Amino acid sequence: MDKISNPSFQFWLGVREELPILLGVIPFGMIYGISALSAGLKPAEAQAMSSIVFAGSAQFMTVELIKSVTPALVLVVTGMVINLRHALYSASITPYIQHLPLRWKAALAYLLTDEAFAVSIINFQREGDQNFRHWHLLGSGLALWTSWQISTAVGIFLGAQIPSGWGLDFALPLTFIALVAPGIKDRPGLITAVIAGLIALVFFKLPFSLYILLAAFFGITAGLLSEKK
Amino acid sequence: MNIWLVMLILGLITFVTRFSFIALLDRVRMPKFFQKALRFVPIAVLTAIIVPSLSYYNNALSLSPNNPRLLAGIIATLVAFKTRSVLWTIFVGMAIFWVLRIWL
Repeated sequence: MDKISNPSFQFWLGVREELPILLGVIPFGMIYGISALSAGLKPAEAQAMSSIVFAGSAQFMTVELIKSVTPALVLVVTGMVINLRHALYSASITPYIQHLPLRWKAALAYLLTDEAFAVSIINFQREGDQNFRHWHLLGSGLALWTSWQISTAVGIFLGAQIPSGWGLDFALPLTFIALVAPGIKDRPGLITAVIAGLIALVFFKLPFSLYILLAAFFGITAGLLSEKK
Repeated sequence: MNIWLVMLILGLITFVTRFSFIALLDRVRMPKFFQKALRFVPIAVLTAIIVPSLSYYNNALSLSPNNPRLLAGIIATLVAFKTRSVLWTIFVGMAIFWVLRIWL
C-alpha cells in the first residue's frame, strides 16, 4: 500500500507540518490567557473560551471589548464578522471531504482554524490518492487544539502572578498589529486599514462600541472600490 | 452581561461558520463579491480595534508624542511590517512602552 493511502501516515504528517506554526501560536495562547485575566475574566472562563470558541482573533476581540463594557449583542456580531473568513475555508475544503460521514465533517469543521487550514489545504491539493487526506487535517487540527489549550492554561497561570501595573494589557493591541501587518500586501489592503482606522478614531465615543462595525463596513467597502480601478 | 452566554453563542456561531459550506451538500458557490470582501475583513476589524486603543490614553484622545501607547504602537507597526513576527512586535512594543512610561 502506498504511504499516502495510510491514515496514520496522513495524521502524523499533519501533526509534523503543523509544528513550525505552533511556535507562533503558543506565545499567542499565553498572551490570550494573560490578557483574559487582566480584563477581569476568571481562570475557568478564560480557559473555557479557548475550547468553546476556539478562534484566536475572536477571543482576543472579546477580551478587549469586555474591558470597555460592550453589550453582548455587539460582541457577538463583531465576533461573527471577524470569523467570516472561516466560511471561505469551509468552502475550500468541502470538495475534499464530501464523502465523509457527518461526525467527521462536524469534527473537522470544529478544528478548521486559520493555522490548520493553511497546512492541510496544501496537502489536499497534492497529487495522488485522495481518500485519506482528511486524517491530515485531523492531525494538524488536533496539534493546534492541544497547544492552544495548554498555552492558554500557562498564560492564565502566569497572568495570576503578574501585577496589573505592568500594563501587560498593551500586549493585546500589539498582537493585533502583528496579525494585521502581514495581511496588508497591496494598495486596496492599505486603503482598507486607513479608512477603518480613521472611522474608528472618529466614532470611538459612540454607544455600544458601534465604531467597530461602522469602521468594518466603510473599510471593506473602500477596499473593494479601490480594487476595481 | 453573562460571559458564559456570550461564549456559547460565539462558539456556536464560529462552528456554524466553519461548518457552513461543508454542510451544504450540493456545492453552493459563494458569491464572487463575498469572496472578494472576505480578504478585507480581518484588516478592517482589527485596525478598527487597534487605532483607538493606541490613540486614547487615560480615556482621552491624545495624538501627541506624550502618549506612550501611540508612540510604542507606531514603532511596533514598523517592526511588524519589517519582521512579520508576532514575538518581535510584542517584544519591541512592550519594551518601548515601558521605557516611555518611565521617561514621559
